[in-house]
Amino acid sequence: MSFLNNLINGIGLGSVYAIIALGYTMVYGIAKMLNFAHGDVIMVGAYVCFFASSTYGLHPLVGVLLAMAVCTVLGVVIERLAYKPLRQAPSLAVLITAIGMSYFLQNAAQLLWTPNPKVFPAFFTLANPDGTSRTGVDLFGGQLTVRFTTIVNLLVCIVIMVLLTWFTGNTKMGKAMRACSENKDAARLMGIDVNFTISITFAIGSALAAIAGVLFLSSYQTLVPTTGSMPGIKAFTAAVFGGIGSIPGAFLGGVLLGVIEIMAGAYISTQLANAIVFAVLIITLLVRPAGLLGKQVREKV
Amino acid sequence: MKTLKNMSKTSKTNFATYGMVIVVFAVLQLLGSDLIQRGGVLSPTLKGQLVPICAYVVMALSLNLTVGVLGELSLGHAGFMSVGAFSGTVAATALQNVIPSPGARLLAAVVIGAVFATVAGILIGIPVLRLGGDYLAIVTLAFGQIIKSLIENLYVGMDVNGLHFDFLENKIALAQGGKMIVNGPMGIPSIQKLSSFTAGFLLIMAALFVIFNLTNSRSGRAIMALRDNRIAAESVGINVTKYKLMAFVTSAALAGAAGTLFALGQNTLVASKFDFNTSILVLVFVVLGGLGRMWGSIIAAAALTILPEALRQFADYRMLTYAIMLILVMLCTNNPTLKSFFSSLAAKVKGSAKKGKAKGGEGK
Repeated sequence: MSFLNNLINGIGLGSVYAIIALGYTMVYGIAKMLNFAHGDVIMVGAYVCFFASSTYGLHPLVGVLLAMAVCTVLGVVIERLAYKPLRQAPSLAVLITAIGMSYFLQNAAQLLWTPNPKVFPAFFTLANPDGTSRTGVDLFGGQLTVRFTTIVNLLVCIVIMVLLTWFTGNTKMGKAMRACSENKDAARLMGIDVNFTISITFAIGSALAAIAGVLFLSSYQTLVPTTGSMPGIKAFTAAVFGGIGSIPGAFLGGVLLGVIEIMAGAYISTQLANAIVFAVLIITLLVRPAGLLGKQVREKV
Repeated sequence: MKTLKNMSKTSKTNFATYGMVIVVFAVLQLLGSDLIQRGGVLSPTLKGQLVPICAYVVMALSLNLTVGVLGELSLGHAGFMSVGAFSGTVAATALQNVIPSPGARLLAAVVIGAVFATVAGILIGIPVLRLGGDYLAIVTLAFGQIIKSLIENLYVGMDVNGLHFDFLENKIALAQGGKMIVNGPMGIPSIQKLSSFTAGFLLIMAALFVIFNLTNSRSGRAIMALRDNRIAAESVGINVTKYKLMAFVTSAALAGAAGTLFALGQNTLVASKFDFNTSILVLVFVVLGGLGRMWGSIIAAAALTILPEALRQFADYRMLTYAIMLILVMLCTNNPTLKSFFSSLAAKVKGSAKKGKAKGGEGK
């Protein structure tokens, strides 16, 4: 039973990684840049939701919507100010700018909201008849506990993935995105507004980051300005693991990564859980250099 | 004079770089010497920063070899620094009674640190260098994290019977008078300071010597050919794996040496000091200094290590200022309008210099 418990917890954590990884993968696919500031957008989203629900007492759902709105604007502004002028620049310059942006967001958050950790409320609880609240359902006489966050995480993640798959496959904007990720110049010749498409991609990615931030924090609950960096790196790993640029790949990579992390922590060693996650990534990349579901692009000579 | 004129542009730049380092070292030594010390030219904070600055300069040079000369992005370079730092410090402590002279012990520690980092470089390089581009970057990032996790769980103790190692759990039973050198997540609790500014200077010179000799050799040209066009290089018979590995491992060894120098200038050391952020920090030095330009790396590393200290008066805002400066510098150096302005300015300066020479009638 403890195996099942770990598996379920792993899927819950992995779903959050998958949501972040979806944002990473979309931005990478279209802008061909590693957006290191993505993890910090998660943090901003979490703070916005925290203040909305704790300080102003708004309904958590309103908080999430507010966080999504703020992060969408933030993502688009970041793209306009910092990344758009560098469209023709070498990729290293863009990388450093993204890192600069990440430092900026972290330090701005530190100034605005102080480095003191904030306790994020656990949103997904159910009131018991006797007035106490439950965070999960017990199955098999208490042997198996499924936390509500796990269920919500997985459901939200699946909904987002299905929506994104539909969006990129069937809408005009989605098709424009795929065209831009194949070949920007050809897309421009076909009358696609490349800059606008990239902005929309950043907007979607950042909105997803906000959702992921709220979900991640309602499971882990300690909110500091550097909260976003580790899940950011992990989700990036997940995106690469599943095949960067591929939406089902990001989902698969995220969930697998979460399961591996929890399992490694439970059965091998807690201290080495992160090391094992990264070791699995390396081995996967050596066997399948484009990730699990990535397209193997043949090199043209 | 004639030999100086006939020298290639590269060798001129290389000698200028050596010269720059020597001059800066001499000036700083003079400023720091007791004669002028009373005037307070060199603040104690800056003096304390000299060894870390040297270590970061060597790190930047070493990463520039990977990123600038080999053309592969590495996001886990701090891992090699960490390997060098910990193996070097353990070696320096273990050799305490064998080599009494601090200078010789520092040298031995740096060499051992470099050797361990070389081994790590080979182990990582062989599988990793098959990948390219962003995938290589993410795998080096992963290795950096793995190295950090492994060292955080390493326990090393020393007593009369020699060194004892343990992993994950500290089960080392030390004989009387023994002490722990590396204490898992707590790191190294006490380090005997061996590093000095002179040692740092010598290491920078050695690193420059290694890098310039490598890049100006047949192997170096092969490495740069791989960077510029791998397929073309392969087609003329350049062994991709061999030359990539050569550059990568040399870079790892230098990073290890830098790590030892850094560690032996500190009082205590924890593995989390060498995390992802440190790798990024060094990458920023390299990119701001200019890819493949060693003198640029030196200046950028030194300036950017001092900058956060210099910004201390802004207190809370210093890291924010640092981030904004980083973004602005990147935006400005890649702005097409500014770029063309500067290149036309450079052309004008060059043109007028040539004219002046012609007028002077020196000829030839």
